[in-house]
Amino acid sequence: MAGQAAGERSILSEYWHGVRFGLPVCIAVSPFGLLFGTLAVENGLSVFEAFFMSVAVFGGASQMVGIELFGQKVAPWLIAFSIFAVNFRHVLYSAAFGRHMAGWPRMQQAIAFFLLTDAQYALAESQMQSGRKLTFARYMGAGFTGYLVWVGTTVLGAIFGKLIPDTSAIGADFLLPIYFLGLVMDFRKRPLWLPVVAVSAVASIIAFRFVGSPWHVLLGAIAGVALAVILPPSRSGIDVTPAQPVENQA
Amino acid sequence: MSSAFWVILAGGIATYLTRIGGHLVISRLERIPPRVEAGLNAVPAAVLTTLVAPAVLTAGPAEWLALIIAGLVALRGGLLSMFIAGAAVLLLARHFMA
Repeated sequence: MAGQAAGERSILSEYWHGVRFGLPVCIAVSPFGLLFGTLAVENGLSVFEAFFMSVAVFGGASQMVGIELFGQKVAPWLIAFSIFAVNFRHVLYSAAFGRHMAGWPRMQQAIAFFLLTDAQYALAESQMQSGRKLTFARYMGAGFTGYLVWVGTTVLGAIFGKLIPDTSAIGADFLLPIYFLGLVMDFRKRPLWLPVVAVSAVASIIAFRFVGSPWHVLLGAIAGVALAVILPPSRSGIDVTPAQPVENQA
Repeated sequence: MSSAFWVILAGGIATYLTRIGGHLVISRLERIPPRVEAGLNAVPAAVLTTLVAPAVLTAGPAEWLALIIAGLVALRGGLLSMFIAGAAVLLLARHFMA
């Protein structure tokens, strides 16, 4: 009995650790949730549809593209396909991060993949990077809180959108790049960090200019990843560190 | 239910497929080849860089200053301290440099 209580306590403390760790994300995405809710209603969605889109898709950039297309009355399948295309970069996160949840029960993995956004992927990798064990409770502490904040701010924006003042005056529009820079810096001890960052930066800027957003994410990332694949594995620290260095116990 | 509802639902399912799909493909491999593993290890830095770099290009002096200070704080401090430092510098710089 005592052991069970201690187990529950540690699950709760793991969950709270995740909540605290994900707090900057919650602050940074709030303005975007408000903005999405506001624009969704302006583009003709009902408050319920805006809410449902944040619940079902949970991906800021793709939702923005989606409501833009709803406003233009294009074919329904094209809207769904555009959402898929904008979110296609998640395939990379899924491939890279799935390894770290190998020990979790299937149902937990299925839920965790639903929450695997840009920020959640970055948080989770950053936890692994610091050598700590990433439990399902901790993952959910960050991921589910972010989900609630995203859905909650969407509804607020959809209902009160007209009342929200210009958020760029308080710097809200540039918080995510600052935050993502912090995460980039978190990975600076990894092998090949500097060359990968340099190649991805250049490639993403070129793609941003000539192909457009959000394809610069996928194209830039592919360029950086390709560099790591092309260079001999010894340069990537693979033969030094055996495969699957971190074992996860659920 | 409106047609928008079904489009959103389809978009949600499509998004879920992208989030679980990469794992489903990779997990079919018996053993991850070293070069694939090297590539996967490079994913976080590569992806996160693409979320910053174009924003740097289209930003102005206030944003650059905020990124530089935040980047320097990140060398010593944790994620939260760099984030707060960056946000504070951004707020001040936009106020005084505008």
